[in-house]
Amino acid sequence: MTDMSSLSPLTADKVAASLGRRARWRWPEILFWVVAAASLFLLPQRHLILNEIAIIGLFAVSLDLILGYAGIVSLGHAAFFGLGAYAAGLFSKHVSGDPLVGLLAAGLVAGLLGFATSFLVLRGADLTRLMVTLGVALVMGEVANQMAWLTGGADGLQGITMGPVLGLFEFDIFGTTAYAYSLSVLFILFVVARMIVTSPFGLSLRSIRDNPLRARAIGIPVNRRLVAIYTVAAVYAGIAGGLLAQTTQFVSLDVLAFHRSADVMLVLVIGGVGYLYGGLIGAVIFKVLQDVLSGITPQYWQFWIGLILVILVLMGRERMTDRVQGLWRRLTGRPATRAGAEQSPAPVREV
Amino acid sequence: MAPALETRGLVKRFGGLTATDDVSFRLEQGARHALIGPNGAGKTTFINLLTGVLAPTAGQILLEGQDVTRLRPELRVQRGLARTFQINQLFPAMTPLETIGLAVSERLGGGRDWWRVIGSRRAILDEIVEIAQRFRLTDVLDERTANLAYGKQRLLEIAVAFACKPRVLLLDEPAAGVPEAERHELLATVAALPRDVSVLLIEHDMDLVFSFAERISVLVNGALFTEGTVDEVASDPRVRAVYLGESVDE
Repeated sequence: MTDMSSLSPLTADKVAASLGRRARWRWPEILFWVVAAASLFLLPQRHLILNEIAIIGLFAVSLDLILGYAGIVSLGHAAFFGLGAYAAGLFSKHVSGDPLVGLLAAGLVAGLLGFATSFLVLRGADLTRLMVTLGVALVMGEVANQMAWLTGGADGLQGITMGPVLGLFEFDIFGTTAYAYSLSVLFILFVVARMIVTSPFGLSLRSIRDNPLRARAIGIPVNRRLVAIYTVAAVYAGIAGGLLAQTTQFVSLDVLAFHRSADVMLVLVIGGVGYLYGGLIGAVIFKVLQDVLSGITPQYWQFWIGLILVILVLMGRERMTDRVQGLWRRLTGRPATRAGAEQSPAPVREV
Repeated sequence: MAPALETRGLVKRFGGLTATDDVSFRLEQGARHALIGPNGAGKTTFINLLTGVLAPTAGQILLEGQDVTRLRPELRVQRGLARTFQINQLFPAMTPLETIGLAVSERLGGGRDWWRVIGSRRAILDEIVEIAQRFRLTDVLDERTANLAYGKQRLLEIAVAFACKPRVLLLDEPAAGVPEAERHELLATVAALPRDVSVLLIEHDMDLVFSFAERISVLVNGALFTEGTVDEVASDPRVRAVYLGESVDE
């Protein structure tokens, strides 16, 4: 990262190269997606849990867009996830069984709620935001409970039947179509999120997160940007919820429960905040841990998750990739490949 | 020609305290103007009124003849009013390159771009190069801002404001806390600001005021106490009494 300090004069091309560096696809990233695609063929008996991982991963990417990039803490992100799930479920029952159209509807409805509630989130600091987001999610949960004639209430929304994806691929009981579908949606939305965070718009979000006072002082309409990203994140969460409803063909009040919001926060903390792969890596670890631990001690798996969380937070909150890189360096004696790796980790907004 | 920046009867009261007391002030086009005053004179409040962080109790603020009294802060920036901060207000986790690039791209309407990387427009790149050179930041562009030497951070502080292409630049104690070794570079950069930018310098350091400013306004207890050329103000016995005393005699 020191090519700017070379003796040759600074040129626009060098500046462009330097600014574009963050956006360039690197081989570990490509490898990540190759492995994800390969899991479709290599782990056929694991498609159900992989589908869940993809959905939680998308949900975590959504939370990261507001928490990691814009510094908006939320303890109620399930409001959008749950609304998207109900929207997709109801859409398939009453309008059309086409998955993609249903997903669009889920994203749209959740986005509308995100837009409407974003103005509440603009007010106040972190604690206010935590309470407001938590409150919105509680309200949504109770609304779904009370509107049993529509949502099925505590019995859940039943009778969802999905048509084939793109009119070609029927959902099957092994979850193969479901996983392929969720993974494809995740990949597309991930690429879009990646574009967003490396764009000038994304840079302005980071500046707002780091110093809203200065962001305003260079002419950035802070509130408008926060409304925009909060709405986008709600769309993402709604689509994640929609995927769950469509691939499990069932929606229960659980999609709006507090633990949904808390789990996704946990996933992001495990994987790393302010870094899109953090949500995906966190989702893999979280779900695998849950699976393994509940296999060993069905009653106590949350005990172990809690313990791991405490240790993780106390040990430091670097990105997972930095940790792996550090280990790699220690093993091979090679110098750092990432400029930030040897510096103290970037200050991360925490709850 | 309308003055670059003007206030008419500007008043700001906080409860019973009058922090800005009927200030009518003119910053001429291309001015090198200093605003001085003892601690608590209301300099910070005055700047916050100018930039729109605070709303005045009464009075008007005109930028190049246009009333901006009710305009939101970011819109004033877009109209050409930029400021620096006495205490660095930077983005510690970003590089100077990203910081300057952000300011330039925002001004050129790039802030709504979400589908391409920041370095994809030639106009933005050229301007980043020019600003980096002007503020002597070319060799640290890719470092984390938090890791820069303090003097470089102060330079970046001004560079970011300059990247907003201001017509009026408010410099709030630009040299505050800069070690002696790095001071010269900073002062030279400030002195070399282009003439089409009107500069209002808020400063405690009298050496800097006398070397930079052509006119000086003195603020005391929120009110404009006196105004004049450097010589007039420096030789004004009343100013010496309320403020300059020690600094001039040394």
